[in-house]
Amino acid sequence: MLLDLQNLCVDFPGLRAVDGVSFSLAAGEKLGLVGESGCGKSTIALALMRLLPSVARLGYTTMTLDGVPLADMRGVRGRQMGMVFQDPMTSLHPMIPVGRQVAEGLRHQLGLSRSDAAARTLGLFRAVGIAAAERRMGAYPHELSGGMCQRVMLAMAIACQPKLLLADEPTTALDVTVQAQILALIDRICRETGMAVILITHDLGVAAGMTDRIAVMYAGEIVETAPTGLLFAAPAHPYTRGLLRSLPRLDAGWEDDLETIPGSVRSAAGAVGCRFAARCPHAIDLCRSERPRLAPVAGGHMVACWMDAAASDAAGRPVERLAA
Amino acid sequence: MTALLAVEGLTKHYRLGRSTTLRALDGITLEVQRGETLGLVGESGSGKSTFGRCLVGLHAPTGGRILFDGRPMPNPPDAAFRRRVQLVFQDPYGALNPAMTIGTTLAEHLRAQRYGSGESIRARSREVLDMTGLGAAYATRYPHEMSGGERQRAVIARAISSHPDFIVADEPVSALDVSTRAQIINLMRALQRALGLTWLFISHDLGVVAHVCRRVAVMYLGRVVELAPREALFHRPLHPYTQALLRAVPIPDPAVQRARLSDAPPGEPPDATAPPGGCSFHPRCPRASDLCRTTAPALTTAASGHFVACHHASLEGATLWSAH
Repeated sequence: MLLDLQNLCVDFPGLRAVDGVSFSLAAGEKLGLVGESGCGKSTIALALMRLLPSVARLGYTTMTLDGVPLADMRGVRGRQMGMVFQDPMTSLHPMIPVGRQVAEGLRHQLGLSRSDAAARTLGLFRAVGIAAAERRMGAYPHELSGGMCQRVMLAMAIACQPKLLLADEPTTALDVTVQAQILALIDRICRETGMAVILITHDLGVAAGMTDRIAVMYAGEIVETAPTGLLFAAPAHPYTRGLLRSLPRLDAGWEDDLETIPGSVRSAAGAVGCRFAARCPHAIDLCRSERPRLAPVAGGHMVACWMDAAASDAAGRPVERLAA
Repeated sequence: MTALLAVEGLTKHYRLGRSTTLRALDGITLEVQRGETLGLVGESGSGKSTFGRCLVGLHAPTGGRILFDGRPMPNPPDAAFRRRVQLVFQDPYGALNPAMTIGTTLAEHLRAQRYGSGESIRARSREVLDMTGLGAAYATRYPHEMSGGERQRAVIARAISSHPDFIVADEPVSALDVSTRAQIINLMRALQRALGLTWLFISHDLGVVAHVCRRVAVMYLGRVVELAPREALFHRPLHPYTQALLRAVPIPDPAVQRARLSDAPPGEPPDATAPPGGCSFHPRCPRASDLCRTTAPALTTAASGHFVACHHASLEGATLWSAH
């Protein structure tokens, strides 16, 4: 097991952003963290990297990488875990040439000499598909397109051959054709290096092609997790089902209204029971009074829901899940 | 149907310094029929927002003509024109005054349009709040007390309140989460049917456009490269750029999306201040010939109502949806 995270809680003043999230990751595994804005998915990545602002309070029972507790981050951040952020333009230093920004990490982390670091950087630029790499080493971020900057960010993140890449909405700020290129690039690098990835995205389409397993988050919790194929073939949580049904399709169904999830995530605040209950078509009294925990439904498939969407009573309504 | 809006050879150039000119719009000719929703898609920098802003009179075009309801658009726009044409922006939070209740915002808008007496303004405000699914109680709410989806409903309520003929919606659902996006798409479809409004719907999201628009124009670097009814555009796209766009959209189906990862379109949109000669798509185009490098293709009829600007327009490279 590469990463083991148990019962992560992150509190900001007046707000619990992440509430008891647990997952583990095998070496080379690609996990998608999917959810809407504010669900806590980025906060998890920042917590793993220990990059949370000081007002945040962090709690967990286990947080280890390769069995070593993630506490002293020197030699871990950048070295064993690399991170790519959503907005490449603001994540790079605007006044330092991009080549030097990547080389700096290599010198600092691996103790390479100036010329060795420069040579390694050039190789990395080529590996991430930067055309005219030699010339681009001296470019400033504003001279590069968003897609090029994201390639630089990726070069920086993989520079020390980390075991785990945290990619937080790495293509959200990019145009769709460039997004496709960057996704293909991340996919290729992972295959070639055996690096594990946590891909954070709001886009189920992006997650579909890039991951082995997906965890769907809602209001600070993981509500469903399953191997990627199974999640799309047999989604079990009403939120996951609602999300999948509300996606506009490219090929058909244009005449019909889209299915919607009524209400908004604001109804989750202060909920005693299931945080999704106020928006859920199947909610019963139990859902409003007691919070469901993640429980297995099939091999590797876990869902936090009192109702069993697969089974239904005579009237076609889902029935309560039987206690395991 | 008659054209509510006819645009002929519209150009918008920005001088960026002594010798640099950005041709944001480079000769756009199209018509928007009365009661129609025309979709305008393209990547950032394609000029789609500039086009929308020229149509509502926020930007003065450099050249060409805009005929609104058969008459040249007044420049600057007069009160009568402003009442008939409205704009819905991407970010509903930025489009609403945070210090005003929704009721005050609506009343101020209607007063500026000289809608009528205080009582009729209050009545109309209640009416549009009902039509957009908010309800009259939202008149006393402030934007910060509302969710993103509710705010966009308020922005749409304001846009329709003065009985406009034509609404330009610039990325109206792009800032919204998936679950609320579907609600707003359905609302726009319902208003379209109920009010017979004419919309220009600008979006980078092809799936959303397919659900809202009957006819779609694709822009690349200041020009319309393909214009067709949505069935033709999505099922029989002829321009290699349209085909690349359709191949790049992530599909929430693991098997399909994995295959698409290996099929990412090459290249990035070129620098708009120094576009390549000939067809501006030729450096990224798999079908580019010598002719494409020297001569820009004009938008010509390929089939009834289907226009394409390509010397080698063909279905080769189109996504075969039936295979999915």
